[in-house]
Amino acid sequence: MTALWLLFLSLISAGIALCLIRAAAGPTTSDRVVGVDGTVTISIALMVLLASFFDRQIYLDVALVYAVLGFIGVLAIARYMERGV
Amino acid sequence: MHIFGEVLIGIGTAFLFLGGLGIFRLPDVYNRLQAGTKCTTLGAFSTILGVGFVHPNWMMKSIVIAVFILLTNPISAHALARASYKSGVKLWDKSVVDRCEEFEECQQMPKEEEG
Repeated sequence: MTALWLLFLSLISAGIALCLIRAAAGPTTSDRVVGVDGTVTISIALMVLLASFFDRQIYLDVALVYAVLGFIGVLAIARYMERGV
Repeated sequence: MHIFGEVLIGIGTAFLFLGGLGIFRLPDVYNRLQAGTKCTTLGAFSTILGVGFVHPNWMMKSIVIAVFILLTNPISAHALARASYKSGVKLWDKSVVDRCEEFEECQQMPKEEEG
């Protein structure tokens, strides 16, 4: 049981680390935004997994609010890259 | 039901790891967007539904989060691809086809590389 959850958490952490490396090293601005977008989506899944791991239902609300904020942030950055402020 | 939820979580985390690997490895902004968006959407959807199956009391809230991700992730990826094409990021050298070049709207765009 615990070993299985450790496997899940390590897989998700490896995904977040790879996305963050791309966000730090990407050649253009779009690469960095793609890395941050992937990090946001994987972090939502990580928050839901941690809610299940610690048995707290309130963490699901944090994941929902983070999903809304990440979506709005990526849309704002895309609009700024397309035609300025 | 508990076992089924854990199988769903396993599939989801494997897809999330593969999405991160695709974002790290692929050569181009558009390829990275493809890998990142598809794998990450399916992985997050499956993981959150799996948590809903493990804890049946949380099923309603998990479905809300999963459907929200399923609806908004392709929209943000589309906006990012459109913005990066319009701001002049070039395709990879070995890309085969660029359908947008056939239209007048795309030929007037600035083509310089952005640092």
